[in-house]
Amino acid sequence: MLAPAPDRGGPAQPLLEVRGLTKHFRARTKPFAPPKVVRAVDGISFSVAKGETVGVVGESGCGKSTAARLLMHLMPRDAGDILYDGERVGSTLPLRDLRRRMQMVFQDSYASLNPRLTIEDSIAFGPTVHGVRDAAARNLARDLLRRVGLEPNTFAGRYPHEISGGQRQRINIARALALGPSLVILDEAVSALDKSVEAQVLNLLVDLKTELGLTFLFISHDLNVMRFISDRILVMYLGEVVEIGPVESLWAAPRHPYTAALIAAMPTLDPDRRTMTAPIAGDPPSPIDPPSGCRFHTRCVFAEGVCAKVHPVLAEVGPDHQAACLMAIPGSGHSGAAA
Amino acid sequence: MTAGIETLGAIARAEKAPGYWRTVGGRLLRDPLSMICALVLLAILLSALFAPWLGLSDPYQGSMIRRLKPIGTPGYPLGTDELGRDMVARLIYGGRLSLLIGILPVVNAFVIGACLGILAGYAGGATNSAIMRTIDVFYAFPSVLLAIAISGALGAGILNAVVSLTVVFVPPIARVAESVTTSVRSLDFVDAARASGAGALRIMRVHVLGNVVGPIFVYATSLISVSMILAAGLSFLGLGTRPPEPEWGLMLNTLRNAIYAQPWVAALPGAMIFAVSVCFNLFSDGLRSAMDIRR
Repeated sequence: MLAPAPDRGGPAQPLLEVRGLTKHFRARTKPFAPPKVVRAVDGISFSVAKGETVGVVGESGCGKSTAARLLMHLMPRDAGDILYDGERVGSTLPLRDLRRRMQMVFQDSYASLNPRLTIEDSIAFGPTVHGVRDAAARNLARDLLRRVGLEPNTFAGRYPHEISGGQRQRINIARALALGPSLVILDEAVSALDKSVEAQVLNLLVDLKTELGLTFLFISHDLNVMRFISDRILVMYLGEVVEIGPVESLWAAPRHPYTAALIAAMPTLDPDRRTMTAPIAGDPPSPIDPPSGCRFHTRCVFAEGVCAKVHPVLAEVGPDHQAACLMAIPGSGHSGAAA
Repeated sequence: MTAGIETLGAIARAEKAPGYWRTVGGRLLRDPLSMICALVLLAILLSALFAPWLGLSDPYQGSMIRRLKPIGTPGYPLGTDELGRDMVARLIYGGRLSLLIGILPVVNAFVIGACLGILAGYAGGATNSAIMRTIDVFYAFPSVLLAIAISGALGAGILNAVVSLTVVFVPPIARVAESVTTSVRSLDFVDAARASGAGALRIMRVHVLGNVVGPIFVYATSLISVSMILAAGLSFLGLGTRPPEPEWGLMLNTLRNAIYAQPWVAALPGAMIFAVSVCFNLFSDGLRSAMDIRR
């Protein structure tokens, strides 16, 4: 892999800072009708410290993947700032330099590899873009194959369709690492794999992280995976961040009813924790016309009249732990809130 | 023992793997039907190219005495036409113009249509709409009518026939190119390439072109037979080649009066068009399956 970019701001400087990131899509539901606005990502803010793994959870359609593509600058954002190591992308940090420092692994391991290129060529493509000679890039690709646990002589010349899903995802990881990034966004990177293969790939990711000093933004809907790999967890609902906090405190005492419902919905082998009723009912409302006030109030068991009127902002609920729920905001008018 | 085999395998694999097109070529060589078609086409092509050196009789030299001899006449194995000219010579010489007028428009249209379609598909948005809606205008006309109209406007002649057929084939090739490019562009590996910082041209060259040219090429090959038939139609109407030039479509036209006198001789030019069309179609089918290396 290429040499990683030097650390600039020191360990206290967040590697990634996101402020008010917003993406609205315009969708025409009927011909000639005025287009409706899909609030895919609606003003999310968070930061990722150097060396940590931040997990992003949420139901499908909550804007996780859109957020990932916005962070990777694969689609233009409507509003918001993205700061990488204290530098604003596009002004002090050119986009081309950001590409080397921030990489992404996609969910679909097959679609994310060019079927016409050998594995070696797929991995070597990134470095050649950044000026590495073909032969050197090929050596680099073989070195990376070894790092992700694939024998270069066996795999370098193969095509994506000739290998298994787990092996393909290892290659996607190698491809992402080829540019020597510090931050890797993993968008449902293990979700499509068999459980046993998933565990192997997760272990590989953990090993690579310590070995190379990486920072992960790990997107998944699988809470078990999240709990295993994350330091902090960010919960998204309909394009917004509803709770963010360290994995232990979030698990022990979730402060947003949605987080609590997600954790309660996890299948368990403990007979004492058996649930007979579904902790959360129905599908999330459409992000086209999100509910007024708190977006979760239509499905929340604690919802009161005030929830439909007041839009809660993220409030400090513990050390490094924030939740956007009126019950967590003292004096909000909700009966569950402190006066 | 197993260790030894693995080492051998490793050595074999250590060389650079054969490229995609080499793999496709190898698969095509092992497909008997495609190879037979390719050989037939090659034979027709070569005989047309080297016709003057094959010791044939003059394809323009007629004789009033020898008109419309049946197939198998001594000295005229395929008979003679309505002006007493040797059919063997005329069929072989006819291949020159017929193949030219069948292949050249498709080659032209492949270059123009693929460029337009790939550009439209990769750029998307307003560029796509501008290109594709303009191309849609040509779909308003039936292809035969369009070819006749353009040829008629430009005047008779081989060059004008090639131009009009090119115009006829650009829209369908561009449409195929656009749809294939659009579908490839939305795949994650294109996003991954963008995420690695590659520019649009490099992504086109490395990631889009290789996945797009194949299907367009296969489609274009299948159009060669259509082109030959349309060209034959133009000649038949007097818009392509002009007598006494040997060309299959024109020969079919001039021999149609003899269809009751010598039906087999009159059908020969049609048989040539048919054979070449079928061979091109079967070959493009073989190419399509050879290019699908997943199977």
